[in-house]
Amino acid sequence: MGKRVGMEVSIGAAEAVKLARAECIAAYPITPQTHIVEHLSELVNNGELDAEFIPVESEHSAMSVCCGCSAVGARTFTCTSSQGMALMNEILFIVPAMRLPIVMILANRSLSSPLSIWNDHSDIMSIRDTGWIQLFAENGQEVVDHVLFAFKVAENPNVLLPVMINMDGFILSHVIEPIELPDQDVVDKFLPPYNPVQRLHPDHPITMGAFAIPDLFTETKKAQEEAIKSSFPYIIKAWDELGNTIGRYYNPIEKYKSEGKKILFITMGSFGETVMTAIDMMEEKGIDVGLIRIRLWRPFPEKEFLDAIKDADILIVIDRAITFGGMAGPVTTEIRSVLYHEENMPAVVGFICGLAGRDVTPKDYERMVEIAKEKVKKGKEKEYEIYGVRE
Amino acid sequence: MTKPEKEISWKEIPIGAASIEPGNAMEYRTGDWRSMRPVWDKNRCVKCGVCFIFCPDAAIHKVEDDYFEADLFYCKGCGICARECITGAIKMVEEE
Repeated sequence: MGKRVGMEVSIGAAEAVKLARAECIAAYPITPQTHIVEHLSELVNNGELDAEFIPVESEHSAMSVCCGCSAVGARTFTCTSSQGMALMNEILFIVPAMRLPIVMILANRSLSSPLSIWNDHSDIMSIRDTGWIQLFAENGQEVVDHVLFAFKVAENPNVLLPVMINMDGFILSHVIEPIELPDQDVVDKFLPPYNPVQRLHPDHPITMGAFAIPDLFTETKKAQEEAIKSSFPYIIKAWDELGNTIGRYYNPIEKYKSEGKKILFITMGSFGETVMTAIDMMEEKGIDVGLIRIRLWRPFPEKEFLDAIKDADILIVIDRAITFGGMAGPVTTEIRSVLYHEENMPAVVGFICGLAGRDVTPKDYERMVEIAKEKVKKGKEKEYEIYGVRE
Repeated sequence: MTKPEKEISWKEIPIGAASIEPGNAMEYRTGDWRSMRPVWDKNRCVKCGVCFIFCPDAAIHKVEDDYFEADLFYCKGCGICARECITGAIKMVEEE
């Protein structure tokens, strides 16, 4: 096994792309993803990674180039953030529709305006419906492990969909953590070279991304929807294989001290770590709270989620983005939709917090538990709250 | 594509909705779009081939005695041939 070394998570992510033997990388630097691109360009430049590194003039071009690379059968990687992601928006929809197994890290950052380089989930939530398989990492090691995992899932002939790894900007991207990089031969066994089912090749000409008349478009979208839904068992299988290879096992829904708890936090991404600390602190005071972390956001693991929250009376959902004019934050809305028609439906209290890098401390989570209990008592759980906003 | 589009199930859509048979657009009857049909007056036609050159769908071809006519499987009835014809030999006639 590899040895644990202190390194910046972005460097670890780039090293994982090298271990995965990516063949094509097209990316444009943007805070807070920059160090990943910079390190990858260094790895290619100094000959450590035998890949085409294609510098582009924009993120729209970055993802377009990735489309071409993946379409000819190359293992393709890119990464971006926020405004950059917004600029590649058009192509983000095209990649899963053409079933191209591109892997992307999204270093989550808020969207302008006002301009902010700091972390929240407004970028990812704006592209929720693009059709990518979407994962959330909680720490640096999870980012590294999931780069290898993402290629494994994406390139599975039964899946053939792009995978997006969400990693909180700065909170993860710029933090130095002890990270274990698996040995190359271990990775090679886990992740053999990409063998495309179909690709652009002069010997067997095909057309990708051509137009569809109204008589066919609905059928193409149904096929795409079925593809992402039926990818679920292969995602689970890939996590099993990853665990058997590197000794770290992952699940679509992760639990922390949640068994039998009546109050549960629901988080995605790095905030889960703070909530775990908060839960330990509350435990000492006799406040019984558990945590459910959603690791797999798309396809949404409905059954696993319902099973994880079956004993709870109150779910406190942490949202890191606003659905302007909507009923609650995007995760809260999703959870309510999952719960509808369930017997013994728990109260769902939504908090929007941690926008643009504002800290949310264990004390804040303790306060949220009090507010949530109060809201449920008054029957006002439907009203979500932007936590900590100054009146 | 041997089946008409209207009969294709989502289960039959190739991966990524790719066109896996090169040149299968030939099977697509664009003539269905037509509301007007070009008709040639052989007395006026000087066989210059301007209609053939201007047809955006390459639906006009040469026939016997070097006259021209439209392949109605593909002709969309756009009327460019009639507009460009130097001698006014092509008339657009409404489809019934």
